[in-house]
Amino acid sequence: MSLMSIFDISGSAMSAQSVRLNTTASNMANANSAAASPDQVYRSRQPVFATIQAQMLNQANANDFGFSSDGQSGFGVQVLDIVESDAPFQQRYEPEHPMADGEGYVYYPNVNIVEEMTNMISSSRSFQANVDVMNSARTMMQRVLTLGQ
Amino acid sequence: MAISFNNALGVHEQALLLRSQRSQVIATNIANSDTPGYKARDLDFASVLKQRMGLDAGAMTLRTSNARHIGDPTVSLGNGPVGEDALMYRTPLQPSLDGNTVDEQLENANFALNALEHQASFQFLNGKFSGMMKALRGE
Repeated sequence: MSLMSIFDISGSAMSAQSVRLNTTASNMANANSAAASPDQVYRSRQPVFATIQAQMLNQANANDFGFSSDGQSGFGVQVLDIVESDAPFQQRYEPEHPMADGEGYVYYPNVNIVEEMTNMISSSRSFQANVDVMNSARTMMQRVLTLGQ
Repeated sequence: MAISFNNALGVHEQALLLRSQRSQVIATNIANSDTPGYKARDLDFASVLKQRMGLDAGAMTLRTSNARHIGDPTVSLGNGPVGEDALMYRTPLQPSLDGNTVDEQLENANFALNALEHQASFQFLNGKFSGMMKALRGE
């Protein structure tokens, strides 16, 4: 039943968006974590989203008559990977800092606060949109259940 | 005269099914609104419904034996799901950097409209059923 799979689709999107919100929180929390050397410094993390292709595989295998067992047009979202940003990190001259190296430099993460704020707003809006979709689907299903009463 | 549900319920049975299938397609679009390279899709409700109802008799179609064959735009028999080829790609109003063509406002509006039309189809179908019930009771 196709209304049923909306819950899966929106659910996968909601979990992907919450992973994205998690990385944003982690990035913003660590935006000012100083490190003594370039390889110890925190790097900004970003999730990579991808469409779930499982349905395509199902279609190729189990379907010889032009029908598939469940709705074939539904694709959810998955978090493929969480990558660390390669953007240049900040090197600040702070000789009085306890973590300063021999030349007086401290290393700060390559977190872009503006970017992270945008990500935060975008992911919370997308999350909200998917919650709305789920709610509408629930109403639609409940309505169909009253058919003929 | 045999009572046929196909004739009794008219277009509304198919319409209700198609509406719920379309809501799934639009939900997929909204779910993938942040996926790089995802192309938004939708189905042409009028033409698919026409095909389902067999009103499109003049159209020449290829005979296929597998869903992956070319030329099977919809599963035109029965209540099966919409074929992959019946789903068309949306023309984006604004190009985006990551190749995603989902316009969230547009999809939200479409989803809301589709939910409303789903309710309308449901009301019609429910009306058919209550009409039949009334006829059966004969009160």
